[in-house]
Amino acid sequence: MKTLLELDAVQARYGPVQALYDVSLTVGEGEVVSVLGANGAGKTTTLRAISGMVSRSGAIELDGKPLRGGPEAAARAGIAHVPEGRGTFVELTVTENLRLGAYTLKGRKVKGEIDRVTAFFPWMAERGNQRAGTLSGGEQQMLALGRALMSRPRLLLLDEPSLGLAPMIVRDFFATVRRLNEEEGLTVLVVEQDARIALASSVRAYVLEVGRVALTGTSAELQGDESVRRSYLGY
Amino acid sequence: MVAASFAEFAQQVLSGLASGGIYASLALALVIIHRSTGVINFAQGEMATLSAYIAWTLTFNHGWSYWPAVALTLVISFGGGVAIHRVIIRPVERGSVLRVVVVTIGLLVAINGFVLWRWGGEPQLLESPFGTGTVQFQGVILTRHEVGTILVALGTVGLLWLLFRFTKLGLAMRATAVNPDEARLVGVRVTWMLALGWGLAATLGAIAGLLTASSLLLDPNMMVAVLIYAFAAAVLGGIDSPVGAVVGGLLLGLILSMLSYLSQYQAFSWFNEELKLPAALLIILIVLLVKPSGLFGKPEVKRV
Repeated sequence: MKTLLELDAVQARYGPVQALYDVSLTVGEGEVVSVLGANGAGKTTTLRAISGMVSRSGAIELDGKPLRGGPEAAARAGIAHVPEGRGTFVELTVTENLRLGAYTLKGRKVKGEIDRVTAFFPWMAERGNQRAGTLSGGEQQMLALGRALMSRPRLLLLDEPSLGLAPMIVRDFFATVRRLNEEEGLTVLVVEQDARIALASSVRAYVLEVGRVALTGTSAELQGDESVRRSYLGY
Repeated sequence: MVAASFAEFAQQVLSGLASGGIYASLALALVIIHRSTGVINFAQGEMATLSAYIAWTLTFNHGWSYWPAVALTLVISFGGGVAIHRVIIRPVERGSVLRVVVVTIGLLVAINGFVLWRWGGEPQLLESPFGTGTVQFQGVILTRHEVGTILVALGTVGLLWLLFRFTKLGLAMRATAVNPDEARLVGVRVTWMLALGWGLAATLGAIAGLLTASSLLLDPNMMVAVLIYAFAAAVLGGIDSPVGAVVGGLLLGLILSMLSYLSQYQAFSWFNEELKLPAALLIILIVLLVKPSGLFGKPEVKRV
């Protein structure tokens, strides 16, 4: 499999506070990979480092090309990042959120992409004029996903999509991600607190501990190893 | 008698709307910057004055005819607004709001000083592009300038609405205003959007400045009162609401002209022009006490 994303010895800091010490990972084209770990392990920071939202050092390459600059540049390079806590513009309508997702595309394609995304989520077409802030938590998370798909991303970054959502909605969300992966070949790097659902939805996983990769393997291996589950994944 | 006084009333309403259109334009400029940068641009009025002087110099000293001079002035104002953001505001934007506010106050003083130094304090005449005559309709008499002012204000607001509602650029500017971090993630070049906001605000200000200069006289302090009215309008409509700024501006123009109208009656005979500014300040105070978010604003929710 072709490597799409490669992080090599990445460090990141918020001002004086170092959050990542040494993170190396790869994501292959068409793969779903999860990043697990306790609170403060550096999961969110890893995603933020990839999309240029924190100052970072070390090598980050997308498709063999180094990623430089801020989030605008990452978006242009084909990365769609759905941040923690729903990445929607709550004051804008559903359709406007989708249109913004296609910001990096040339003008004419937007309509076609809206049709493509609303084929996955028909309610987004029906409720296009509704303000995103008035949607339920689960719908907002779906909208954030839909918006990310609008740009036809090479790589989708999902940050804690399960946060604050009911278990049934979380399952539904991950089922949609798997479907997108199977049908569109979407490559996904997902950060998740809920190790169980993340491992069930990904092929490989990395476990972070205090800003370093502590453990990596296929999801099946990690799920099967009871000591790993107990000491790192907490279930 | 009744018909005549109705005409008089209607006339007062329309000239109220004409001054309201000017307040609305400047209030809209304040709101655009407040939404994106989070500060009140105290220099907005002086920037408008400078624009009006540029137009005056082009017509008076360089022999340009009016409309090309206005067009060039608007372009210069837009560029100036963008430049002010890139060069002066952006470096201090990261810090506290107070720093930016102090910088805009500094800008106010600097531009005012520059205008006095360059053009002197003597009032100048900038003719109205709409001519000097009056328009009569059903006994309602308005100056051509008032009619023109109303039309220009409506046209400007309409164009802005189209920009924000239907274009990709307008959508990106709105996204930047409501959530800059998120906007960056979808690929919007946020700092440029902020600079464009300053450019648009400066252009709106220029329009307000030109309309003010030709309804009164062009003088270095002509926008001081207008800026206060624009504050009142923006606060009344809701400081983060473009629609509110327009409605607030028109409403304020209406309220002030109604007070003038009522002053012909015994009970209101104490009201005269000198009380207009205090009346505007009173409106600011009342709105802040009774409904701080204004007519169209959303109450501020702070996340802790």
